[in-house]
Amino acid sequence: MILFQNVSKRYPTGQEALSNISLELGDGEMAFLTGHSGAGKSTLLKLTALIERPSRGQIVVNRKNLNNLGSRRIPYYRRNLGIIFQDHHLLYDRTVFDNVALPLVIAGFRHREIGRRVRAALDKVGLLHKEKAEPITLSTGEQQRVGIARAVVTKPPILLADEPTGNLDPTLSREIMNLFLEFNRVGVSILVASHDLGLISTLGKPMIQLNEGRLENPDQGTMA
Amino acid sequence: MNTEITQPVKPELHSRLVAWAVSHARAFFFSLGKLYRAPLSSFMTMAVIGIALALPSGLYLILKNMELAAGGWDTGARVSLFLKPGMPSKDQRALANQLRERAEIERVTVITPDQALKEFKQSSGFGEALNALDDNPLPPVLVIYPDPGMTDPKAIEVMVENLRRMNNVEDAVLDMRWLQRLQAILATAKRTVIVVSGMLALAVILVVGNTIRLDIQNRRQEIEVAKLIGATDAFIRRPFLYGGIWYGLLGAFIGIILVEASLGLLQGPVQRLAGLYESNYSLLGLSGVNGLWILCTGTLLGWFGSWIAVGRHIRDIEPS
Repeated sequence: MILFQNVSKRYPTGQEALSNISLELGDGEMAFLTGHSGAGKSTLLKLTALIERPSRGQIVVNRKNLNNLGSRRIPYYRRNLGIIFQDHHLLYDRTVFDNVALPLVIAGFRHREIGRRVRAALDKVGLLHKEKAEPITLSTGEQQRVGIARAVVTKPPILLADEPTGNLDPTLSREIMNLFLEFNRVGVSILVASHDLGLISTLGKPMIQLNEGRLENPDQGTMA
Repeated sequence: MNTEITQPVKPELHSRLVAWAVSHARAFFFSLGKLYRAPLSSFMTMAVIGIALALPSGLYLILKNMELAAGGWDTGARVSLFLKPGMPSKDQRALANQLRERAEIERVTVITPDQALKEFKQSSGFGEALNALDDNPLPPVLVIYPDPGMTDPKAIEVMVENLRRMNNVEDAVLDMRWLQRLQAILATAKRTVIVVSGMLALAVILVVGNTIRLDIQNRRQEIEVAKLIGATDAFIRRPFLYGGIWYGLLGAFIGIILVEASLGLLQGPVQRLAGLYESNYSLLGLSGVNGLWILCTGTLLGWFGSWIAVGRHIRDIEPS
């Protein structure tokens, strides 16, 4: 599903964020991306989401080589991804419902269909009763779950999460990770960047360890 | 949860076309709602646009009224036909009658040398000196008033040239300098309206462009998020473009109201002035076509202003 071949990323500042990374995440697999801050976790996710382009190497997602994808096609490509951020990026000038509905509005779904899918997604993260709430009135954990509902509402085959539990206490973190495990059980490929080793080591999923832009355990570069 | 989550959902072509229309409708009402939620700042922007559109429209109306009023007056063109001295008065009258038959001539007055001398004595103040003359040196004159419908200076010029070439005519002098001056003034005023319109159109574009630019900056985060979840630039652009259209259209409405209100204020004094000239002239307002023109121009300028802002600034915002 996600394939990196000898990928390097050097930023214009000269900083080499990733050096010669090769890894593969198969269809329906889930893996954690770990390492210190600055190890290249975010860069790897940004390359996958085409927020950044690699300096060298190939990235193939969903059997499409991202190097051949023009910038005009990027929006359509991103509709195959659910992206979850540490600071959840919710829009505070609209309700929870409207936040979750945004990807569907962008993809051009009809009004009735939007209502049905948004409620299904909110139900999945346990926030159906909050659909009319303003995001600002929710707790951090709830806001993160709204962000997850927004990421999964279009049922994308791939989820990318960057430190989704970064601001949460252990109980809430575990809840969030359980949500990801549930999505993975029904076939969604998931890549989660996290440095919460204590939590993720208990989840029984492979870990990709990055250190200063290099793979720590190259043998595990190929998952499963 | 069910298994269909493994399939990305993509609407079919037909429903995507519908979605395109829905997206337009959404942007249309969303941008209108945004104006409604910030009424004061929206109104101020629209008022600036209204004033910018009202100025050239008002100038244009004044000009049109001036042209109409000038057309209604005696054009002032008057041809003095100096006949050969000593032409018998019978012949003078015959010539006058002959000229009266012509379509382009409204009336003809005969001024005999005696009448002319008497008038001259009265108005010049040389009465005593002129009494010393043995002979009356003045020629008989026919004063010809062209048809008032003849406003084209060239046509009058041609008529005068023909009159000058007639038998027994010494010279034909056209007194139409003020008409030419009026025409020149109107031509200058017309050019002024065009120049002022151009500058104010630019002002409208800049005002809308700047408003939309600020709006884009305020919604930077929203744009980044939208791009991250797959919004095309066209999708993001749409509500801003509609915003510009609304600014232009509603600004044009304000402009029309301003013009009509100003006209209402001018109507009284103009009628009094016309009364003094024994005319019942009343100011001409904006016609339906004029109004439509202003609305279309405003809408177009608003759209163009936002298009410039949107084209430049939305491309620059990329998620990081």
